[in-house]
Amino acid sequence: MPQVTLTVNGTTHTAEVEGRTLLVELLRETLRLTGTHVGCDTSQCGACVVHIDGESVKSCTTLALQANGASVTTIEGLASADGKLHPMQEAFREYHALQCGFCTPGMVMSAIDLVQKNPQGLSEHEIREGLEGNICRCTGYHNIVKAIAAAADVMHGKRAEIAPAMA
Amino acid sequence: MYDFAYHKPTSIADAVKILAADPDAKPVSGGHTLLPALKHRLNQPSALVDLSGIAELRGIKREGDTIIIGAMTRHGEVATSDIIKSAIPALAHMASTIGDTQVRNRGTMGGSLANNDPAADYPAAAMALGAKFQTDRRTLAAEDFFQGMFTTALEPDELLIAIHFPVPKKAGYAKLKNPASRYSMCGVFVADGAAGIRVAVNGAGPGVFRQEAAEAALSANWSPEAVAGVKQDPDGLNSDIHGSAEYRAHLVTVMTKRAVLDAG
Repeated sequence: MPQVTLTVNGTTHTAEVEGRTLLVELLRETLRLTGTHVGCDTSQCGACVVHIDGESVKSCTTLALQANGASVTTIEGLASADGKLHPMQEAFREYHALQCGFCTPGMVMSAIDLVQKNPQGLSEHEIREGLEGNICRCTGYHNIVKAIAAAADVMHGKRAEIAPAMA
Repeated sequence: MYDFAYHKPTSIADAVKILAADPDAKPVSGGHTLLPALKHRLNQPSALVDLSGIAELRGIKREGDTIIIGAMTRHGEVATSDIIKSAIPALAHMASTIGDTQVRNRGTMGGSLANNDPAADYPAAAMALGAKFQTDRRTLAAEDFFQGMFTTALEPDELLIAIHFPVPKKAGYAKLKNPASRYSMCGVFVADGAAGIRVAVNGAGPGVFRQEAAEAALSANWSPEAVAGVKQDPDGLNSDIHGSAEYRAHLVTVMTKRAVLDAG
């Protein structure tokens, strides 16, 4: 069987896979990183979004072998070793940007890519458009949008900490 | 998904050699159409030939009055390229409307053009701008490359290398997205460029086509009003749960007007 070697959240892994093995299958079933979810399995819903070399991709529509040699970041790789959450995770918590939480890992990974690609800042409309590839069936998106705006301020150095949801 | 062998060649010659030796092997670029199709078992290739290891298939450059885009250039790169934004802003804008961010991070221009989905965006731009398709063995004009629904002039072992877009005087694009899938119900790209004034339509028919009455009207008078009276014949247009052929024919006129406004 073909071998794939990739770095996931800073650790290098080598695994035997089939040609058809999806990246999300390698992450969840071989590496047991089950924070990345499979929702629709048709590249619509975005629950499976991870970063490959810093860019958000749908891991249900990427072959494990296509990620050979790449650096992959999953939701498990965002918090620092001491448990301090990434600003986007902290903002999702502060703004209660989830209900059931199934879409949340993908939302957070997509949101980080969106904020990183827009250092000039994002309007509410741009955040909503930027979430086109992620579907949430619980919240109606309002708190997700607020959380991303709050996290963007911290990620771009405008604030030291996430602005409180209730001022 | 059925299993398959996986190859990742680093040269065009090696990729073509693998494809020529195995008629059931298929090239894969971003894979965002092919992998979903394989999951549905609509196709059973013996092998996938991943083109992402071939550096010369990637990149955007300007040579004189031509923009040359490597086939493996991703939609996100087309959308944000300063070269394309300054030379053909309508093409960069078009790329920014394809799929979602994650699709644009993987999907490629060459993959989309070689797939020739009737609802794909790029074929209308290539047709209206008079793009040339450079393969590993020849160069094809857009009107020879596209051959109807999901069909192109490419041989099974022939690879698209780059697409050459002449820089137009002006160009514009407008489409009506299906509210659920966001695919084009009807998109129109208008251009005043090296190939003359051209109007190309995606989404409405079984493949991209030129709207010659609108081209004649715009040649006489470049304005939205000039195409307001253009009547598209619904015969042969797509008719499905999303809209009738008559509805799409109406959209051709409306989107042409909006595309002219977009071009300015």
